[in-house]
Amino acid sequence: MVKQNPKIEISDLKVRYDDVHAINGISFDILENEIFGIIGPAQSGKTTLLKVINRTIDFSPEARVTGRVKVDGKDVMRVGNVYALRRKIGMVSPLPVGLPLSIYDNVAFAPRMAGIRERSQLDELVEKCLHQAALWDEVKDRLHSLGTKLSGGQQQRLTIARALSHEPEILCLDEFSIAIDPVTTMKIEDVLKQLRSKMTVILVTNLVQQARRLADRTAFMMNGELVEVGSNDVIFSDNPANRKTYEYVNGIFG
Amino acid sequence: MGRGRLEIIAESLIEWVIRLCGISAIIFIFAIFLFVFKEGAEFLFNELDLTEFFFSKEWYPTSGYNKRYGVLALIVGTGSVTILAMLIAVPFGLGAAVFISEFCGPRLKESLKILIELLAAIPSVVWGFIGLTVINQLIIHVFNAPVGLNILNGGIILALMSVPIIVSIGEDALKAVPDSYREAAVAMGATRWQLIRRVLLPAAKNGLLAAALLGVGRAVGETMAVLMATGHSVNMPNSVLDSVRTLTATIAAELGEAPVNSDHYQVLFIIGLLLFSITFVVNMTADLIVRGVRKK
Amino acid sequence: MSSVESKSNPKGSGVRRFAESAGIRRKFRQEAMVKWLLAGATGMMLVPLILIIAYLVFKALPILSVGFLLDNPVKGMREGGVWAPFVGTMYLIVISLAIAAPIGVLAAVYLNEYAREGWFTRIINLAVINLAGVPSIVHALFGLGAFVLFAGLGRSVLAASLTLAIMTLPVIIASTKEALASVPMSFRQACWNVGATRWQTIRHIVLPNSISGILTGIILQVSRAAGETAPIMFTGAVFFKKVQQGDMFPYGLLDQCMALSMHLFTISTQVPGVPMELPYGTAVVLLATVLLVNICSIVLRVYLRSRKKW
Ligand SMILES: Nc1ncnc2c1ncn2[C@@H]1O[C@H](COP(=O)(O)OP(=O)(O)O)[C@@H](O)[C@H]1O
Ligand SMILES: [Mg+2]
Repeated sequence: MVKQNPKIEISDLKVRYDDVHAINGISFDILENEIFGIIGPAQSGKTTLLKVINRTIDFSPEARVTGRVKVDGKDVMRVGNVYALRRKIGMVSPLPVGLPLSIYDNVAFAPRMAGIRERSQLDELVEKCLHQAALWDEVKDRLHSLGTKLSGGQQQRLTIARALSHEPEILCLDEFSIAIDPVTTMKIEDVLKQLRSKMTVILVTNLVQQARRLADRTAFMMNGELVEVGSNDVIFSDNPANRKTYEYVNGIFG
Repeated sequence: MGRGRLEIIAESLIEWVIRLCGISAIIFIFAIFLFVFKEGAEFLFNELDLTEFFFSKEWYPTSGYNKRYGVLALIVGTGSVTILAMLIAVPFGLGAAVFISEFCGPRLKESLKILIELLAAIPSVVWGFIGLTVINQLIIHVFNAPVGLNILNGGIILALMSVPIIVSIGEDALKAVPDSYREAAVAMGATRWQLIRRVLLPAAKNGLLAAALLGVGRAVGETMAVLMATGHSVNMPNSVLDSVRTLTATIAAELGEAPVNSDHYQVLFIIGLLLFSITFVVNMTADLIVRGVRKK
Repeated sequence: MSSVESKSNPKGSGVRRFAESAGIRRKFRQEAMVKWLLAGATGMMLVPLILIIAYLVFKALPILSVGFLLDNPVKGMREGGVWAPFVGTMYLIVISLAIAAPIGVLAAVYLNEYAREGWFTRIINLAVINLAGVPSIVHALFGLGAFVLFAGLGRSVLAASLTLAIMTLPVIIASTKEALASVPMSFRQACWNVGATRWQTIRHIVLPNSISGILTGIILQVSRAAGETAPIMFTGAVFFKKVQQGDMFPYGLLDQCMALSMHLFTISTQVPGVPMELPYGTAVVLLATVLLVNICSIVLRVYLRSRKKW
């Protein structure tokens, strides 16, 4: 494998909500254009980590963040323009969220908020993102009907299209398959394979096999600690560095 | 994809406007206290004899040689009308709340709530007019009284006026009782009456108390209806068929004639301050009680 | 809970199956009685209301006509209609809500979208609750002291509207807050995730999707502003003011005005020798205005609820 640059550098990150310690000092790098899997049981701080990366942790005023997360070498807690940072990162939450707008406006929302008004440019962008999210064929005839009226699986792809609409360099997916059917899950996994090497993808997943199928490298987190991080060959092998990783991956606990 | 500098500045400006509006309620509640206080302050600190103010029945604000500013009769007026109103409104209001919350289908419930909303919308001056005409006539006929403008009239009107708030807060309180309580009681074979008396009322006790308190607050502060319906005479009543005058009605009736900054004018503001304090305490208490319920 | 158990099942279950049928019948009877008692309590406050309104309308019938609405009061308010007071009331409604609605909505936006939980927010909420409980006559004193005298507006439409605005403000804040809270949190998070600012999120997603609740709350205050008498009595409304018949804009901001509520008070208590159908007519016009507005708000609410977007 060619040597890649780190896209995100996490060093000694700690996050505390009042007296709940969500993350207790974790350090690792996420490389440019890789698919990086994060696995671990519920409550281990995975979502919190994503919130720090795109600074939506700001909306949880009780959260205290120490340590450093750098995106492209810049400390996210100190960036001047958080909105630009958030546009650099696409975020897909566990439950599908169609905004109460038309399908078109759902996808055009972010570019419009960023100041793009020109119709042709928006049309092009909307079509491109819906294609990328494997949704175009299903909705191309009803772009102006409500996004909230789509099925759950379609809404999740709409959410992905929206996450791609501001042309991010990093795409984060937080347990995206938790509320959708297996067919859609496979469709989205295909989408991710297409995106590989075009952007950095962080795939937080509750399905160990999903990380094994898709990721280049995977981190295993538990109770706010990083247990192990490494290439999939090691993490999913019979003898990873940490015994717990083996047990979790093979369903012995978790 | 940069946004204009102007937009970013506009946005922070909007945020400041929002913050300012956010504290408007605090500003206004202080302003109300300050201005009412300010208009009455000079007299309050210099000449007013507080003992006389609270404990004298003599209210002769416009007398030429013997001015007296005792509001005891007015307090008794307000108190008697309020108490009578609550004696009527609390049982009826809470009864209606229980009926709406526990015995109605969704359809009937919705219709009744709309009717109660409309009841709440009737302006107080219309209530006063109803007291002046309809209820006045009724009282004269039923009790063979010379006039029907008295405590009873005001009490009935105020009861009808405070019932909507009692019903709606009371219904909220009952709605807040978890359904599991109801199911458990019914599973144990309790009748609906037992369910209400032994489970719902104790569980919703604080909320219902708050509902009654808010009704009191409403009744104490009501002006036009009592001005028109209670007969308008400063007087220590002996029965519900006696006329009285309330604190609020006194301000409404006399403020127009009191020269600005005269003693009389200032005393009316002091009465306003008294009303402000009473309703403040009542509302705070009701809120504390409701909040206590939520914590549990 | 234990008390329920012991009362409702004192004899232990199972053993006395058959003897229970009499008990069950008694239970049913008791149950029905309670139900009718409570229904009676509900009816006792609603039925008289309907009777009274019917009575008012019946008494007002001889005088109710289009002319009654469009004519001015004449002959010392002993004849004519209610045009001048009616227009005055419209003025007070529009101006007071034009002031209270934006402030109230933005205050609610602050409380629901910006404020963090803590003592400061708690104080604001307490202030809102207390402001809602301030007696209307105290609002009148405040309006007189602050707007009429201190701000030098004199007794005027503007001073009266400002007084009414402060009175309606807390209720607008409360109803708007409720409407905003009904918009799911996930919509906001989705917007923040794609780089929208707080205000963009509010402006494009939160407000458009709570507008029905906000509007119904504001409309309800229309009827409040129309009906209140005490707060305008010393701040801008007068017993009588001569205006041109049919003139839609008889009042300037700093003029005094007549108002329906004040007019009803005046002709039913202050002016001797008014023929009785005149105050009945005025009461019905005022009542109709208020109830119509309320019914509109209810219809709007039902309609908008039926076409929810999610
Ligand atoms: N807003 C919050 N306030 C308080 N505690 C929180 C908050 N969000 C998450 N937590 C706590 O932080 C810990 C980590 O949560 P999370 O990051 O959601 O884990 P995961 O995504 O791995 O399930 C949990 O114990 C959770 O209860
Ligand atoms: Mg999570």
